[in-house]
This record gives sequence, C-alpha cells and structure tokens, in this order.
Amino acid sequence: MADLEKGEGALAGFRILDLTDHKGLYCAKVLADLGADVIKIEPPGGDPSRNTGPFYKDTPDPEKSLFWWAYNTSKRGITLDIETAEGKDIFLRLVKTADAVVESFSPRYMDGLGLGYSELSRINPGIIVTSITPFGQTGPRSDWKAPDLVGWALGGQAFVTGDEDRPPCRISFPQAYLHAGNQAASGTLAALYHREETGEGQHVDVSMQESVVWTLLSVIQFWDVMGFNMFRGGSKRRMGGPVARVLYPCKDGHMSFLIGGGQLASISMPALVRWMAEENMLGAFEDRKDWTADDWTTKVDYWSTTQEEIDGQEESLIRFFANKTKEELYEQALRRRIILYPASTVKDLAENAQLKEREFYTQVEHPELGGTVTYAGAPYKMRETPWRISRRPPLIGEHNEEIYRSELGFSDEELRRFADAGVI
Amino acid sequence: MAKRRIFEDVRIADFTWLGVGPIAAKFMANLGATVVHVESLTRPDLTRVSYPYKDLQAGINRSAFFTLYNDSKYGITLNLKMPQAQEVARKLVYDWANVVTDAHLPGHMEQWGLDYETLSKEKPDLIHVATALQGKSGKYSGMPGHGMAGVSLAGFTEITGWPDREPSIPWGAYSDFVTFPHMVTALIAALIHRRKTGKGQYIEVSQQESSLQFLAPVLMDYMINGRIMTRAGNRSPHAAPHATYHCAGEGEKWCAIAVETDEEWAGFCKVVGEPEWTGDPKFATLEGRKANEDELDELVEKWTIGQTPHDVMTRLQQAGVPAGVAQSGEDLVADPQLNHRGTHTILEHPEIGPHIYEPPPYRFSKTPHELTMPAPCMGQHNEYILKEVLGMSDDEVAELLIAGALE
Repeated sequence: MADLEKGEGALAGFRILDLTDHKGLYCAKVLADLGADVIKIEPPGGDPSRNTGPFYKDTPDPEKSLFWWAYNTSKRGITLDIETAEGKDIFLRLVKTADAVVESFSPRYMDGLGLGYSELSRINPGIIVTSITPFGQTGPRSDWKAPDLVGWALGGQAFVTGDEDRPPCRISFPQAYLHAGNQAASGTLAALYHREETGEGQHVDVSMQESVVWTLLSVIQFWDVMGFNMFRGGSKRRMGGPVARVLYPCKDGHMSFLIGGGQLASISMPALVRWMAEENMLGAFEDRKDWTADDWTTKVDYWSTTQEEIDGQEESLIRFFANKTKEELYEQALRRRIILYPASTVKDLAENAQLKEREFYTQVEHPELGGTVTYAGAPYKMRETPWRISRRPPLIGEHNEEIYRSELGFSDEELRRFADAGVI
Repeated sequence: MAKRRIFEDVRIADFTWLGVGPIAAKFMANLGATVVHVESLTRPDLTRVSYPYKDLQAGINRSAFFTLYNDSKYGITLNLKMPQAQEVARKLVYDWANVVTDAHLPGHMEQWGLDYETLSKEKPDLIHVATALQGKSGKYSGMPGHGMAGVSLAGFTEITGWPDREPSIPWGAYSDFVTFPHMVTALIAALIHRRKTGKGQYIEVSQQESSLQFLAPVLMDYMINGRIMTRAGNRSPHAAPHATYHCAGEGEKWCAIAVETDEEWAGFCKVVGEPEWTGDPKFATLEGRKANEDELDELVEKWTIGQTPHDVMTRLQQAGVPAGVAQSGEDLVADPQLNHRGTHTILEHPEIGPHIYEPPPYRFSKTPHELTMPAPCMGQHNEYILKEVLGMSDDEVAELLIAGALE
C-alpha cells in the first residue's frame, strides 16, 4: 500500500532496451527514473564506459565508476553479445515484449547485424527505435567520429566559449552527449505517445551535433539577421557592443552579474545601487543613485554605452564585491531582489541552502557496499507520478538470471552454454 | 486523410517567457500541438527586446532571439494584472487548453487565479508545467533570474576556461538549454500517463536541479572522494592530442582534434606525414602523450597552422581521427551535414522577412515535424483566438480593448 500511495512513475509498464554506450546512457536513465522498466544490455564483460573515472573512493573498478553510476540509475542490467547468432535470437525475443530500443552504434551497424529498425518492426510493429549518433543516420558526415570536444566544436559551442586570447574551449566535464541523450528521451516519448494512439512504431534519429546547436542561444540568428559572428568573451559579454563583465571577482570566488541598462538590467540596478549607497561605495554610480527601474530601462542603451563608462562601473562593482563572500552576496541578492548569483563550485552546490531545503540530493542503497550513496535528485517534481531512483545501477550481468531464466525460460544448462560461448 | 501529427490532441496555453518554457512549447508545436503563447505589451518578453534585431533596427517584432523560440504558435496579448484579462486567460484554459505552461515567479499565477489549484478544480485532468530558475518552492525561489545567471549558479562556469585564469562563462544562457528538454520530457510523460489514467497533474521544473543532472558525476566525486573539480581548458584524462588548434586563414580559424585510441594516434601520425617527432617513443602511448602534452600541442599546431581548419578536419576524419572545425554562426549556416538534415528552416516573418528557424534535433521516420508558421508578432492572433476559438463577440472584444486588457 505504501508504494501505491506514493504513486507509480509516469512510464510504469513500459519496457525499454538500452543498448547505448556513454553517448546514450542518459536517455534511458531519464526514462528509467520516470518508471519505465529499462534493461541495460551490455557486451559480455560490461560497457567500456564503466572504466570512466572518477571512481568510488578513487578505486578504479568497472563496478565503481561514478560516471556510470550517475547515468544508469533505475535500470536492470544483462550482458549479451548481439553479434553472435544466439545473442541475436535472444535480443529479438526481448524486442517482442519491448516498447522501445535505444542505441548509439554507428549508423547502419544495427542494419548490418540484421537488427535494424525494419527487422525489429517486423517482429514488433509497435517498436520504437531511437538512434543516438554524432551527426544523424544519413548525410555527408554521418560516418565521422565526434567525441565531446569535436561535437562541441562542430556544434558551434567552442567558437563562443573561452577567453578571447586563447583557443576555443569546452566545459571541462563532457556535455555534448548528455544533450543528445536528453533530447533523445523527449523524442522517444513523443514516438511512444503516438504509438499509444495509433499502434504505429517508428525510428527516431537523434543528432548530437544538432542537439549542441540547440544550446547556442542566438548565435545562428546573429549571423542570419545581422551578419554578425558571435565571439567568445571568457568572463565577459562580447556581443558587438561594449565589452562588459558577466563574472565579477569577490572575496572567495566569482559572482555572475549583468551590468548596463535595458529591461534586463533594470530589474537589478536600482536595488544594487541603493545597496552601494548604504555602504558609501557608489563610485561610478554616484549620479544614478536615485534612478528608478524605468530610468534604467529608458535612459541606457547597452549597445551605445561607451567602453569607458562600462569600465568605470565595473571598477566600482569590483571594489564593492571585493570584501564580500559568495554566500553573503547570494543572501543579499535574495533579500534585495537582485539578479546576482554565485559561480558555484561543486562544494557550494553540495551545501546550497535552496537545494537542501528542496531535498534535491537523494540517497540510494548500495547493498554491495553496505551503505548508501548520494545521487543527484529529480530534474523535475511530478506530483501525480513521482520521479524516483528505483534501484542503484546494475552490476555487470546482475539480472541475467532474472531475465534469461525466469522471464525467457532458459535452463541452467543453456545459460551455462551461453556463458561459455561468450553469448552472455 | 492527412497523416496524424503526434500531439494534435494537445492544446497548450503557454504563459512562459525567455528560454526554457517557450522552447519547450515550441517543440510541442512542431510535433503537432496547438499552442497559444500569452504575453503582454506591459511586460514584453526580454527576448523580444534584445538583439539580434533584423538589420540592427530595434523593434518588438524584429528580434530573432524571440522568433527562434516561438514559431508555430498563436500569439495573444493579455495584461494579466487586470481582472478582465485574467478572466480571458481562465476562459482559454477552461474552454480550450488541456495543458498550461508557466515561467512566472511563485505567487504571480496564484494572484491571477491561474495557478494549478484553481484551474484544476474546474479542469481536473489539466497538466500544468511550471518552470523557474530555483524551483517554485524554497526560500530562494522568489529570486528573479535567468539562464545567463543559472549557468554560473549551477556550477558550469566554475569548471569552464583555463586553470591559470578566472573562469569563462559557457556561452549564452546555457542552463536554459539543459532544462528545456527536461521540461518537454516531463510533459510528454504526463501526457502518456493522462491518456492511460485520465489524470492530470502539476509538474515543477527547477532549472538549477535539471542542470545538475549534467554534472552529476562531478557532484558525486566531491561527496564521495572530496574532490573539487575545476577548469582544465580543453584537456581530458582520456585523450591526447585533445585541444582546439590554430589553423590557417583570416580571423578565427580553429580545429578541434581528439585522439582517444592508439589506432587514432597511428592514423593521426600518417596524416601529418610521419615527421620524426611522431616516432618519438615518449609520444607512443597515451600516458606518454599526456606527460608531454604541452610539447605535443605545440608540434600539432605547427602542422595545423599551415592549412585551413576545414582541410585539417577532412584529412583527419578520412583517416578515422576525430576532428572538427570550431564553427562560427556563419559556418553553421553553411554546414553541409546540418543542411542535409534540414536543420535551418526558412520561414517568412511579416517584419523580419525570411529567416532561419530550427526544428527539434530528432527526426521521426513516420511523423515528421512541421514548422507551421513564423513566430507571432505581438498580439497578432488576438482577434482569431478571442473570437474564433473562444467565441467572444465583437462587443466583448472591443470592451477588453478599450479597458486595456489586451495590452
């Protein structure tokens, strides 16, 4: 009854087969935490991305990769070599009762094995196959390779990220395939919605490059309607007008703040200037201490402000923030309604008061370690169908018995033979 | 009979602005949902009053920042501070919508009688998806904000840039773009559940909490191992060479190269013509290349600087070595792979003229997306929605107009 009261996940009753490597793990994790029965299918020996660090207590071990853990919650796990004839047969049996297959092999690899969408749909016409690849299934570059940095570059993010006097740069923790997986989850569910109405399955083709392009704000539009190529500005905003900081140093790190005028800055400027006045630190804002939000909206056009003016204002802000900590500034920003936010470190995030109050972090039992591990919690709160990590990530082949024997009805002897032949 | 579109039975009253909410509703519209975007002249969407304006001329209908996120929607204007406008908004939900999206600070929708508790009394199967930078509950939820701040709050900024410099901010409102697909996913999951059970629900998407999914292993590394990750430029523990290298040509010409395996290293050495240094035993293994990475990067750049980034990329990719031009906006528009997929879709906008829109980054084999119309001009569909959809009379609409409720 307790479980019933808590409510089932929105995707309870759907089964997803997850054949992905690091390029697609996040997609199936999203579906699993929403309640789908996700079976992670790994090659015998385990998914190579289990060897990606960091590791639990810094012990390199395919059962202890924090990367792998983070993106495989709520899944069950089996090992299966889908390149062997028997492996294929077993996979096809699983497809019969599945709603979707998510894969991240090179285009046409599955077709080559006789496991492409057209084959799978013959066995199960409602099946949805979601393919996550660097560039999509077809096109002049569909066979090219693109690990994170290359995807970041071809997707347009590198060009606009990093210091202006250094090479284009990425976020130090790989992001490109998380975007692809995130989008793939939406695409898979959209196809599932359609299938529920019509019975018709289909192939969903997700491009990592396009997923990165969707993170570009209006880089393409600046070129398209203004003929202007956006350029990287490091800690500053470099959008064709004057160059202004977005990051300001403070006592123990950095704060994010947008100076200037227009509607965006006018939300914050009057309150910030009042605060500076209280501390007799108005500096360059002396003549604006009585300005209202309206004044800031109408009297200042960021693009026609001179660089000297911006530089002077920045200097005053740097002086003002210099003796204050991130926490003090965040707290005052809340009290005074200023869009002023810390550039959080991982430690700040672990201790963030808002995340604590909302009970974001979640404890997951790891019986094999004799304790619990803290995981990132829900990306969304769904009142009727709660998001939930229903189980810790699977050990290698942890559910072989459960699925191969109890569900598919293979005998001990057959399982032993499969294991010896390297099929499972 | 015309092909059924995925969400043709979904009708969204879209009370969002800025990035996350509008893009999420636009994606739904591209897959067949009917979306009415509700905005106000008294509080224009910041994307309407920000660059890039067509030909640099500011104007409330001239920014492609807004249009990119709002195609295929109807647009109406309601000054929700006025009771008459709130009445119309409720009518839109009660008589027409089956999904509501909102991106207001906590308290506003309640004040206007447009909160889930109120709306679901009349319409129990309503799905209401709300998004806010720090969520809709908790002490900090009332703080105004946007993704240009969210990217720093959520920890991306601190780990971007060079170890000997202050952090670089990931481009744009990065956390918006981590969050909007989460919003789409949650909404579709709720739609699937509603179809099965008849039940609606309230969903809340915190931009901060969605964003942290993309740093989850880094958070765990701190909580378990006490390690505080910081920025590492373009370095990776798993690959070398692994950087963006300066190439020949005017202006900013760079190509990313990422050599992860021994096979790729062998391919790389062949493409650069196997000069003596490529045979140096200290570069033979990943460990060796990592230990001598500064020197390696200099040698690689001596090779890249003599040719265009496009040539560097093509030659390496043809040899199976991952490489890619650091593409600018201009490059992206001309990208043959994106153009093969039809990424850039031209729609004719009444004030901007023909310009580029973009579909969701997935393609369906049987139910293709459609970008049905350009983003609405301010209040463009007031008449149509009020009269044709909500069945209001000319007099009723005139009254609202005179009262200022349609501003």
